[in-house]
Amino acid sequence: MDLTFLLMTLLKIVLICFVFAMILGAILTWGERKLSAVVQDRIGPNRASILGVTALGLMHPIADMLKAFTKEDFVPAGANRFLFAMAPMLAMVPPLVVFAVVPFGPGPDFVIAPLDTGVLFIFAIGGMGIYGATLGGWSSNNSFALLGSLRAAAQMISYEVSMGLNLVGIFMIFGTVSLSNIVLGQGQLLWGWLPMWGIVVQPVAFILFMTASMAENKRAPFDLPEGESEILGYNLEYSSMRFALFFLSEFVEIVVIAAMAATLFFGGWQIPWVDPQGTAGGWITVGQVAAFVGKVVFLCWVQLIIRWTLPRFRYDQVMALGWKYLLPLSLLNIVATAVVLAML
Amino acid sequence: MDAICEPNVHLVEEDGEMILNMGPHHPSTHGVLRMILSMDSEVIRCLSADLGYLHRGIEKIGESIPWQGFMPYTDRVDYLGAMFVNHGYAMAVERLLGVEVPPRAEYLRVVADELNRIASHIICIGSVTMDLGAYTPFLHGIREREKINDIIEEWCGARLTYNYMRIGGVSFDLTPGLKIKILEFLDGFEVFVQEFNNLISFNEIFIKRCAGVGTITPEDAVGYGLIGPNLRASGVDFDVRRDHPYGVYPELDFDVCVGRGIKGEVGDVYDRFWLRIEEMLQSVRLIRQAIERMPMGPIMGKVPKKIKPEKGASAHSRVEGARGDLFTYVMSNGTVNPHRIHIRTGSFNAFSIVEKLAPGMMIADLVALFASLDIIAPETDR
Repeated sequence: MDLTFLLMTLLKIVLICFVFAMILGAILTWGERKLSAVVQDRIGPNRASILGVTALGLMHPIADMLKAFTKEDFVPAGANRFLFAMAPMLAMVPPLVVFAVVPFGPGPDFVIAPLDTGVLFIFAIGGMGIYGATLGGWSSNNSFALLGSLRAAAQMISYEVSMGLNLVGIFMIFGTVSLSNIVLGQGQLLWGWLPMWGIVVQPVAFILFMTASMAENKRAPFDLPEGESEILGYNLEYSSMRFALFFLSEFVEIVVIAAMAATLFFGGWQIPWVDPQGTAGGWITVGQVAAFVGKVVFLCWVQLIIRWTLPRFRYDQVMALGWKYLLPLSLLNIVATAVVLAML
Repeated sequence: MDAICEPNVHLVEEDGEMILNMGPHHPSTHGVLRMILSMDSEVIRCLSADLGYLHRGIEKIGESIPWQGFMPYTDRVDYLGAMFVNHGYAMAVERLLGVEVPPRAEYLRVVADELNRIASHIICIGSVTMDLGAYTPFLHGIREREKINDIIEEWCGARLTYNYMRIGGVSFDLTPGLKIKILEFLDGFEVFVQEFNNLISFNEIFIKRCAGVGTITPEDAVGYGLIGPNLRASGVDFDVRRDHPYGVYPELDFDVCVGRGIKGEVGDVYDRFWLRIEEMLQSVRLIRQAIERMPMGPIMGKVPKKIKPEKGASAHSRVEGARGDLFTYVMSNGTVNPHRIHIRTGSFNAFSIVEKLAPGMMIADLVALFASLDIIAPETDR
């Protein structure tokens, strides 16, 4: 194998998974606290400082990390130690792996693995995320955690179905499942002026996708597996860095959802009307990467706002919503898309 | 009475059930209350309520201290509605002694009571929303309550355990500056209620979670001895302020809100939630009237330095507290110490009805029901 290629791929993995996703995830832990503070008329994190520099509380993620690393790593009595240790890793790894196929900019240089089966790969890997929550709750020998993990398993499996079906319309329109090609396809113009972004051609699918993926990520209003006022969550018995891994995986997953939504529905790295083929290079490419990051940050913000506005569903309501409303609606959306495509 | 399942107090799991020990340390038991749940996955088969974790023997303490000295202890009976317990005890002893309370003090008591009612109801509706997963409305409520705390702190020096009322009157007068502050707060408060309603009360998910959940029939409400907002939400039109008037309440104009089942059934979680919002607005009306009509004059009646009611004399008082009909009974044995003090509070009964309603409920609904009953842990045990 070519050494340069190997080194380049490694560099991309470090840059995308660890620099972009992890750091954005860490910043999101700050963002969530600061945003909730703004929403709730509070000041929010502002104390942690390095040599007196608080930077709007941006030092808090660092302080949290230090705290998480230095706290006691507690394993409850009767826990299955192996699975208990595995679960946080199983929760953390899949969202990071998903970034392998997300195109950050035009051309193969800005994606770790330009797979033709892009979206299918995301679902295959994303489905692994269930194990983290389920095994974590089950192995910690706690009734509350067990309930949480059962909820997590049921909810994530249910919503994965409609989450995948929502994207079929996109595949039909752009005729591909490769994320890079879908982004290229979104560079076309509708009626000569409207960018053919996913949200324009598949608005229903976008709403359904965001709903399903927020349920997939176990965040309010679908945070039943964690439901802190009812069952305290599948990660109840976790402490120190293991808990932090669960916590961080949730935030990385926010980034994943935002990145997927940006790629599939907001034209990825496309800047409307500018260089739709991504061949210009130079500053335009830099701008395109920046556009992608900007879209991701915006969609992260949308998710945070939703989380701090809505109350939580009940277990049976979540199931009913998933199977009785989301799934039929996404099937209808597929049929409608097919009919429209056949007529055109 | 319907058969209530056998409580599983020995924590032995029978076939197919899971014992869930909810509390004493659980975020939604609001203090230290314990519920032992027999679960069939998400559905509750049986619930047995366990209390006594906050029993401090307040009534017994009262027997060994002078009449006036018991006042600070009444604050601790109900930490969210200290003013009402103050009021109830003061009124009972006043009746025992036959002391006349000056009219200005009576009006001040109304203002203090109703401010406290708003503060207490904010916590209740806030914790309903918080237990349903919406954190923001709770903190918006806390922000408003903070203003009340500031006002009362400036007024009598305490933020939670007020110790404001005295046998025969009140301890501090209302300053003109404070009066303006209260009126300003009331203006802002009505805006807050609007905002709160738009944020959460009319939220579709919230209505779905609350409407038709944990319905208490009027018969059950009376049978279990529920009082206050919980009773009224079930459609029973009873308010001590109107039906057993005390103080200057007969002179003031206010409506008694009754549950109407606006989103679901009469007596469900949403009704109890909504009733408290309506009551807060009635409290606003009451405070405005009381401040407007307040006469000048003394704030303390003529009370002997040493209170020594004659032996065997007893008196009682009923006050409409934030959690309802607060009954205080005092008895004298002819010394400076009371012979017996009893305070009848609502949370004990409210907690007991959970046992009846819980079987067949989902655990998430139990949390909503529990929050909507506004159970304050120290009030159940005293």
